[in-house]
Amino acid sequence: MSAVSAADGERVFAETIEKDLRVEPRDWMPDGYRKTMIRQIAQHAHSEIIGMQPEGAWITRAPSLRRKAILLAKVQDEAGHGLYLYSAAETLGADRGDLTRRLIEGRQKYSSIFNYPTLTFADVGVIGWLVDGAAICNQVPLCRSSFGPYARAMIRICKEESFHQRQGYELLMTMMTGTPEQREMVQDATNRWWWPSLMMFGPPDNDSPNSAQSMAWKIKRHSNDELRQRFVDMTVPQAEALGVTLPDPELRWNAEREHYDFGEIDWAEFKRVISGGGPMNEQRIAHRRRADEEGAWVREAAAAHAAKQAGARAGAAAAGARPGEQGEGGAA
Amino acid sequence: MSDEIKHEWPLFEVFVRAKRGLNHVHVGSLRAADHQMALHHARDLYTRRNEGVSIWVVRSDDVVSSGPDDKDAFFAPSGDKVYRHPTYYSIPDSVPHI
Repeated sequence: MSAVSAADGERVFAETIEKDLRVEPRDWMPDGYRKTMIRQIAQHAHSEIIGMQPEGAWITRAPSLRRKAILLAKVQDEAGHGLYLYSAAETLGADRGDLTRRLIEGRQKYSSIFNYPTLTFADVGVIGWLVDGAAICNQVPLCRSSFGPYARAMIRICKEESFHQRQGYELLMTMMTGTPEQREMVQDATNRWWWPSLMMFGPPDNDSPNSAQSMAWKIKRHSNDELRQRFVDMTVPQAEALGVTLPDPELRWNAEREHYDFGEIDWAEFKRVISGGGPMNEQRIAHRRRADEEGAWVREAAAAHAAKQAGARAGAAAAGARPGEQGEGGAA
Repeated sequence: MSDEIKHEWPLFEVFVRAKRGLNHVHVGSLRAADHQMALHHARDLYTRRNEGVSIWVVRSDDVVSSGPDDKDAFFAPSGDKVYRHPTYYSIPDSVPHI
């Protein structure tokens, strides 16, 4: 059982990518691939966890028990998605406690979209429709990403994400049949979230330095601009059906390209928000830090309890009692 | 934010039986203080939509696995034993039910 030499490993890795097979955690992989994967999965996980905040704030203020239950389930899903992804990152040797520290110390990023405030309940609907819609566009191709645990986590996430988008759109349809003020709220939220949603696909292809390598490694399957165009094409008819106007005077069907043309994105704003200058960056991180710090005693107490129970079991086993009787089998 | 937070809870692998009659299948991992908490977290994390009727959790430390390096030593020996497969044997088409 000799260790695979680097040359062999490199050949097997190249073949795996070439044949469109999946790379698994214990396979040889280039350091750059491992680092890129950890960074991408961690940033994705952080986005899910931070992404609980904009909508989480509305759970207690949702207008009916039905809407509260839906929103609670949705925010719980975001937590779940974050945990699936941390789990995938840990297969590469990352440690989720360490990743959390990197997040709250500002050493790792998360999606810029969550640095915008949710001003009205219509924002909850628009986030489901546009933000989760854009996330689905981004994430569906990631189900075929070359790293096995990431691809498997994405399959699970995509299955659940569809509910997020539909509940948002349904919420907006309901509001559009309401009062003029409610319709105005939907239009206002659409105006505020449209451009940040387009930024979710990342910088334009000619300014996306890591894209080429990620495409070569089949981590990414489509370019940022390609996915952005797909999202615009999908969303325009949905906006029409809803009866809202997307806030872009240059948005129009281009029969020649068979795609919608759209206006220039404010990339200076994107860079400002992703680097910490958005309206909510500080608050999002402060909230995450506070949750981590205020939860520390619970984690410590649970660990101390577990150690005590393990000690008691070991003591009982040494004294000749039946081992494992306590605690282990009780919750079937 | 000190180092003691690191690894405070061990890692568990989670296996879910989707319905009666099927095997438990690995679905991912989670961190928990002990087995009992791992089961509860697994319920919350991996079965929010009726994905399972039974869960196993196993300390990741306790899993022993073959590695990619062992591939030949482990799996090559079965490669040349074609006589273990039914298609190795030719039987005339006229013989029924075999």
